[in-house]
Amino acid sequence: MPWVTRGLRNGVLTSRYPARPDGYGENWRGGVAVKPSPTRGPDADLPDICPTGAIAGAPHGGPAVDRGKCILCGRCVKERPDLFDFDRSFEVASIARPALVVPPTEETSASLAALREDLARRVRALRRSVHLRHVDAGSDGSEEWEIAALLGPVYDIHRLGIFFTASPRHADLLLVTGAGSAGMAGPLRSTYEAMPDPRIVMAVGTDAISGGIVSPSYATAGGVGGTVPVDVWVPGSPPSPFSVLHGILMAIGRLPMQAASP
Amino acid sequence: MRPGQALTSGDQSWSEISVPANHLAEVVASSARTEGSGQPDASASRRTKRFAGLFGSALEDGSVLLRVALARYGGFEVVSSVVAPRPDGRPGSYEALTPVVPGAAWYEREVADLFGLAPEGHPRIDPLVLPRKKGEDPPRPGWRMPGQDLPIVPDETPLPAHLAGEGVFTLPYGPVRSGVFESVQYLVETPGEDIPHLRARVYHKHRGIEVRFQGLSPADGVLLAERVEGVASVAHATAFSQAVESLSAGEVHVPPAAMLVRVVHAELERVANHLDSTARHTEAAGQAVAYARLTWHKERIMRLRADLCGHRFGRGVVVPGGVAGPPMLAPGPTLGQLATIEADIRADIHLLMATSSFIDRLRGTGVLSPEVASSRGAIGPVGRASGSDEDLRAYRPYGAYRTIQMPAHRYRDSGDALGRQLVRNEEIWGAFEVCRRALEALEGVPADGPWTAPVAPVDGTAWGWVEAPQGELLYLVETEAGRLRRVKPRSASFHNLALFPDVFTGDIFTDFAFIEASFGLSIAGVAN
Repeated sequence: MPWVTRGLRNGVLTSRYPARPDGYGENWRGGVAVKPSPTRGPDADLPDICPTGAIAGAPHGGPAVDRGKCILCGRCVKERPDLFDFDRSFEVASIARPALVVPPTEETSASLAALREDLARRVRALRRSVHLRHVDAGSDGSEEWEIAALLGPVYDIHRLGIFFTASPRHADLLLVTGAGSAGMAGPLRSTYEAMPDPRIVMAVGTDAISGGIVSPSYATAGGVGGTVPVDVWVPGSPPSPFSVLHGILMAIGRLPMQAASP
Repeated sequence: MRPGQALTSGDQSWSEISVPANHLAEVVASSARTEGSGQPDASASRRTKRFAGLFGSALEDGSVLLRVALARYGGFEVVSSVVAPRPDGRPGSYEALTPVVPGAAWYEREVADLFGLAPEGHPRIDPLVLPRKKGEDPPRPGWRMPGQDLPIVPDETPLPAHLAGEGVFTLPYGPVRSGVFESVQYLVETPGEDIPHLRARVYHKHRGIEVRFQGLSPADGVLLAERVEGVASVAHATAFSQAVESLSAGEVHVPPAAMLVRVVHAELERVANHLDSTARHTEAAGQAVAYARLTWHKERIMRLRADLCGHRFGRGVVVPGGVAGPPMLAPGPTLGQLATIEADIRADIHLLMATSSFIDRLRGTGVLSPEVASSRGAIGPVGRASGSDEDLRAYRPYGAYRTIQMPAHRYRDSGDALGRQLVRNEEIWGAFEVCRRALEALEGVPADGPWTAPVAPVDGTAWGWVEAPQGELLYLVETEAGRLRRVKPRSASFHNLALFPDVFTGDIFTDFAFIEASFGLSIAGVAN
């Protein structure tokens, strides 16, 4: 009985995201952004700053950051504040691996439209009730905390009709974390194959996308993309619960922006 | 290797002796605490030495340098031995430690996996951290260079049953389990409800971290250390950095303010981990309101950590030589937030400890007797619930823990999940207290630093240790020409998971979630 009143003590704690923006998530580093200003030539030493090789020269001359490789250590922001800055937005997920490279190029924008259409067609049946299954394929353990946080009162994904399920047979969306350890390749593949169609796969975290700083290694595949077909990529080391939620909503076409567009 | 070298940021004293390989087991057994009989008292851990780990390093001539770490009050002793290769060049054999030091069982399986060593007389040398076919020549990644490929074919064949009896069968639980968990497989041998025997297979998550460290600069190495066991990032970064600092030419004077910032983040990390374990208890017990409130408190701690440094897990804070910069939130407002959160946590834990339907599920569940805990060297909250009062922050203080007065905390000896919960409760209050003292000492410190001291490691070997939320964390770091030659993290999760199968005495399936949550381990730290 005392728990009933205790449960009411602090009122509603739950975020209104995505219906309304949640300012809190913007305190966190979502990704590294390239500042638009300088029009200089390629900088030979620039790629060496990054411990995971996420920085490369872009075709237009300035640097480009591959968020799929970036572990958000912030070294580039510290050493070259003239070129890089943290992007405070947590909305960093993408439905195409090349679109994780910032600044975006025109090619990736064109291919995104086709991918978006294909994904929308597949998820049409599961817009209002979606079941998730999570598989750890060699994570460092932090991604699991951030995914589990979605079940707490602050993020509470049940309000959005999103649920976790124990069995892959009931799952629509597979969240995969970790750098793709050799020991998990088989179980991951089996879990994916046990899911009914339509099935969507999300790579959660930089480790799952590229292996991050854990790869290259004899025991990891440098991400899970080679083991299961990934539809949505969520960078971050680890991505914050808001970033994971944004990725889930993107996968099922439930972002307000997506709903508005035809 | 420089035996007897004084550490500057860890403890003042560790010593190393070298013995022939055929005497290793004998020397370790005579030094290590192995008494398995009688009721050990807590102060026994101050008088005796505890087996704290076995560390292998590949040498160029094909031999393996084995180091046994023995923890004693105030420091560590290391017994080392070189195991020469066989005449045909394959890795050699040595007399196993496990028959005389039971806590070494998993460590010897690990060096067999990674280096191909053969511990003679080991009771069960099955693959542990590396998925490979039993009986086949092991792939021996300890001899690999980073980036070199290694074919790993996971062994999915079922292990032979340990128990025989009518209706007894083996239930493989995992590696993909219900809920959001890290991947691990438990092989439960059961007649249906009881769990008389259980084994753990951890190799699914093996990531080859130790080889990945090779050749990195210390500045990159700390980024990898943060990802060895992601829920204890600050602890790993600190242990790694302390080892690197002690290797530097000349004494590294880590700025006192930087050591205080490390303490603030380490203690917040402890609170978050202990809340996670408590919340998982309430989830298993079906206490929905308590679960919601505890996860809310944990989220607030994570947000406070992000307010302090920009990262919810405190990554990027600890660097070799100090910390990356001043806290982004001033000590004053941080103290205010801490007081609010602590008051809420106290009220909820107080109510939880008065909720009989919760207590009933923990009391008598998953008992680790003080005798077993002592003979196997249980560490961290698990050990402190089974009769040990060992805590590195008080036993072998490092960094700012040498100046901050640690609040006296009580150990328990019931050894059950309730005992572990009670130990964690007190550690949460202690963590808040230490955090407060560190923040008060940080008040008035100018933001422009300095926050780091220059670090330039010379060739050598060093150890780093911290009390992580899971327990004692050890780092072995070898450097060569300013780069990492070998790094071996030994997390408390590895040490304590080896004990996990021993607590299933009279427990049933529905107790499993409580026992697992009460151990509070991370599989990432086990399989590396």
